[in-house]
Amino acid sequence: MILDPLQQLGRKGLAYFGRLGRGHLFLMQTLAAVPGLVLRPGLVIRQLHSVGVLTLLIILVSGLFVGMVLGLQGYNTLVDFGAEESLGVVVALSLVRELGPVVAALLFAGRAGSALTAEIGLMKATEQLSGMEMMAVDPIRRVVAPRFVAGFISMPLLAAIFSIVGVYGGYFVGVGLLGVDDGAFWSQMQAKVDLNDDVYNGVIKSFVFGFVAVWIAVFEGYDTVPTSEGVSRATTRTVVHTALAVLGLDFVLTALMFGD
Amino acid sequence: MGHSRLIEIGVGLFVAAGMAALFMLAMQVSNLSNSISGDTYAITAAFENIGGLKVRSPVTVSGVRVGRVDAIDYDSRAFEAVVTLSIDSRYNSFPEDTSASIFTSGLLGEQYIALEPGGSETNLAEGDRLQLTQSALVIEQLVGQFLYNQAGKQQE
Repeated sequence: MILDPLQQLGRKGLAYFGRLGRGHLFLMQTLAAVPGLVLRPGLVIRQLHSVGVLTLLIILVSGLFVGMVLGLQGYNTLVDFGAEESLGVVVALSLVRELGPVVAALLFAGRAGSALTAEIGLMKATEQLSGMEMMAVDPIRRVVAPRFVAGFISMPLLAAIFSIVGVYGGYFVGVGLLGVDDGAFWSQMQAKVDLNDDVYNGVIKSFVFGFVAVWIAVFEGYDTVPTSEGVSRATTRTVVHTALAVLGLDFVLTALMFGD
Repeated sequence: MGHSRLIEIGVGLFVAAGMAALFMLAMQVSNLSNSISGDTYAITAAFENIGGLKVRSPVTVSGVRVGRVDAIDYDSRAFEAVVTLSIDSRYNSFPEDTSASIFTSGLLGEQYIALEPGGSETNLAEGDRLQLTQSALVIEQLVGQFLYNQAGKQQE
């Protein structure tokens, strides 16, 4: 009886490691199915629409507002030092290095990742996936892989759109409303933002985040307990796990890229 | 048919917008448009003190950017910092007795190397070393000297 909690702990631990292992095996299977999609690009395009195009609006609006807030806050801080001309640098570096990839990934998890999980989870709950297997159609190849590829392609594009819209949001507030010099805003930005160090590293980050976010989303859907409660739990887990994974990875990647 | 066509157009626009955003990040936000690309040649210069100079700091002549700092090493026999400059090969006619100084852009700005051409007939070539150099101004030393002078005046 004393050993009961211990047993419980062991069971939980084993279940956790089982899921971790399944997740990685599932990733292998998915990646193995990706080359076959060259023959059926239509599947990917349909998913690109629901994963990428439909996420575009929230990315555009949030990017604009994040940029405007950066412009406002940055201006208020910099003007004390008489350095408000560096506003462009502040806005662009924060967006390109951090906020673009991270916030885009969080929004992506909320808008597209949860939808992917719910969709695949419901397919499993209504036994559509088993039905496909009965007809000798591999659900990983037909359902999972196209969504995976679509998410992986969309994320960097969404992050880049987020960053550029944010820069223009900061430009609008800084130059348009607060009267920072137009030329100084752009020239300081171009002098201080480095293509290799800042822009490329930001793009690499967004690729990594996209990979992780879409992997978690499709795996949670595929591994869901096939009940309505299971689907709802899986959807929640997708958002929570993606947010944790993205923020944790962001620290590691930042330390590797910028911590010299 | 019409529906899937709309989807295709939407996806096409999305991918094009994403690519355009990446392109704009590269061209308008970053330093690609004024970076040095293509052929360069390397020259070195030894400084007593390089202050806050960093790798990739700009190298300018008359205020025009002609190259960047490629590497910074310490020569432990001469007790000097050895800075390797890579200069765009478009600018290949600097006299041998060109001098290099480390300046600061603005009061708190980053440090850069300014070259000042001399009068020699022969030009610098790959691997040459600049003989005339001027170290970075270290503000603490300046303040120290200033205070020292003031104290000296008061005693007189």
